[in-house]
Amino acid sequence: MKQYRQLSIAHKQIVWAWAFLAVPVVFYVWIRFYPTANAIVLSFQDWNLLGSRSWAGFANYQKLMNDPVFWIVFKNTFVYLLLGTPISLLVSFVVAYHLDKVRFMHGFIRALYFLPFLTSTVAMAWVWRWFYQPVPIGLFNNFLASIGIAQIAFLNSTTNALPAILAPAVWAGLGFQVIIFMAGLRSIPQTFYEAARIDGVSWWTTLVEITLPLLKPTIVFLVVFSSIGFLRIFDHVFNMTTNNPGGPLNSTKPLVLMIYDTAFNGYDMGYAAAQTVVLFAVLLVVSLLQLRILRAR
Amino acid sequence: MAATGIANSGIANTGIANTGTAAENTAAIDAAAADAGGLGAKHSAAGLLASKHRATTRSPAPRNTAQYIRWLLLFIGGVLMVMPIAYMLSTSFKYPHELYNLNLIPEEPTIENYTYVLEDGRFYQWFANSMIIATITTVSNVLFDSLVGYTLCKFRFPGQYIVFIAILSTLMIPTEMLVIPWYLMSKTFGWLDSYWGIMFPGLMTAFGTFLMKQFFETVPDDFLEAARIDGLNELQIWWTVAMPLVKPALAALAIFVFLGNWTAFIWPLIVTNDQALYTLPVGLTTFSVEQQVEWELIMTGAALATIPTLIVFLVFQRFIIRGVVMAGIKG
Repeated sequence: MKQYRQLSIAHKQIVWAWAFLAVPVVFYVWIRFYPTANAIVLSFQDWNLLGSRSWAGFANYQKLMNDPVFWIVFKNTFVYLLLGTPISLLVSFVVAYHLDKVRFMHGFIRALYFLPFLTSTVAMAWVWRWFYQPVPIGLFNNFLASIGIAQIAFLNSTTNALPAILAPAVWAGLGFQVIIFMAGLRSIPQTFYEAARIDGVSWWTTLVEITLPLLKPTIVFLVVFSSIGFLRIFDHVFNMTTNNPGGPLNSTKPLVLMIYDTAFNGYDMGYAAAQTVVLFAVLLVVSLLQLRILRAR
Repeated sequence: MAATGIANSGIANTGIANTGTAAENTAAIDAAAADAGGLGAKHSAAGLLASKHRATTRSPAPRNTAQYIRWLLLFIGGVLMVMPIAYMLSTSFKYPHELYNLNLIPEEPTIENYTYVLEDGRFYQWFANSMIIATITTVSNVLFDSLVGYTLCKFRFPGQYIVFIAILSTLMIPTEMLVIPWYLMSKTFGWLDSYWGIMFPGLMTAFGTFLMKQFFETVPDDFLEAARIDGLNELQIWWTVAMPLVKPALAALAIFVFLGNWTAFIWPLIVTNDQALYTLPVGLTTFSVEQQVEWELIMTGAALATIPTLIVFLVFQRFIIRGVVMAGIKG
């Protein structure tokens, strides 16, 4: 204590700073960095949880490249991304753009759009799963039947199942995106719109020349944020296809589900770790590409 | 860093757009002058734009048809958005034989589904588990994330930059990459099937740390200096001076963390095997699989998992939306 009193203010600050950081630093090293390294090391090993770990070199990665299921899964993951991100951003922008211009019951309508964001993914996955059931159970097919349209196989079809699972994921995220877009729209200075009005510019030109360019930071954020979300889709797929996870015929299986299956049903830890490393690489590359492309423009 | 980057590009953008419109202004002066008469006419392009513009500045909306249609479409869209929730609630009050009709209001409402689902007590247990886990994680995040954010923001010390970059870099690591090592770790230390096992990965987050760091930037150093002169130690300064000034940010962080843990699925699914320790989402999955085709019971389970958050939202609506915006934009 005596020694502490003799320290200068700057030195005291150093002591305090490291005292504050002690527990968090241990946490980050132990719960974040060590497991990351562990996952990478494990991806070069062969281990089924029971026997001993043995080095496998690049065997896990080679196995992955030659696994036909992996390529289906890889494609699915990108289909989730390439359908989900543009659709959800477009819809949420259109809603936000118009909602921003509405005053009457503004808060109420906003709440309607935002509500799904707060729901539990698992609960809603089951609700949508019920919607998709064939006649006479499912809501959608009952509705189609009531207006005389032949029923659609949603979750039982290899082509329709993926979009059917994507729909609730888009639905649940929409409210968040609308709210963020509206905040972005609010932050655009009114003077630009006044200038445009004086010039007599059409609403389309105003949108393309003023609103969208000034909204770019918001758009970049939402593109990256929602892309990461769609690349990591799991809860919806798992819950909507519990009888045959990722089915039918792997047509809805995303990378995270494949990781879960390999690790916790197949107990092939090394192989699963290699898949997580691939997921990490995919996320990194996609986010960096998006940032680069969107910022450059 | 990501956030500052985005903010930077925003500023750069404003500059570009500024010069752009200025150029257009000069180019279009003639056109504007020629159209000056048109401003008076209600249905000219400028007139329309003007009315739209007025709407955005919170003055009463112009009562024209376009505005009515806009409102109506938005309203219909909003109603469609809550339809899944509405049908879930409606079905949870229906007898099985009514499941097949499209009525939103049950012909003979019943609470039998609820009594049946709650009968075996598992839902209470899962609800309690989720509540305890989400609450403890939230408290831990609010304390530690703000402490680290504060330290990185207000202290100058060797290693500061490395700690900053190290924590920042964890933002890029997806949870899914860590679940296998976490699982192995939990197995080794006997954390499987325990609250600690479910909670430990989320006790601190890089996202929260950066959110709080951003907000501590708004706390003037003079305040802290004044407290220091008054003889408060650094811990007291953080807790009694800095923390109260960032309360809105703390609330935003708390909402985000709580919601994230309340709905978390993959990790609790992996780490728990004992039904007594399931969280609500994992329990709901198990329950729904058990019920197979009894959709009214599944909807009741789903409703039980959803109703608490709906009530909280209805009570704190504005607060939650503001929090989400703050966390989303600054984080």
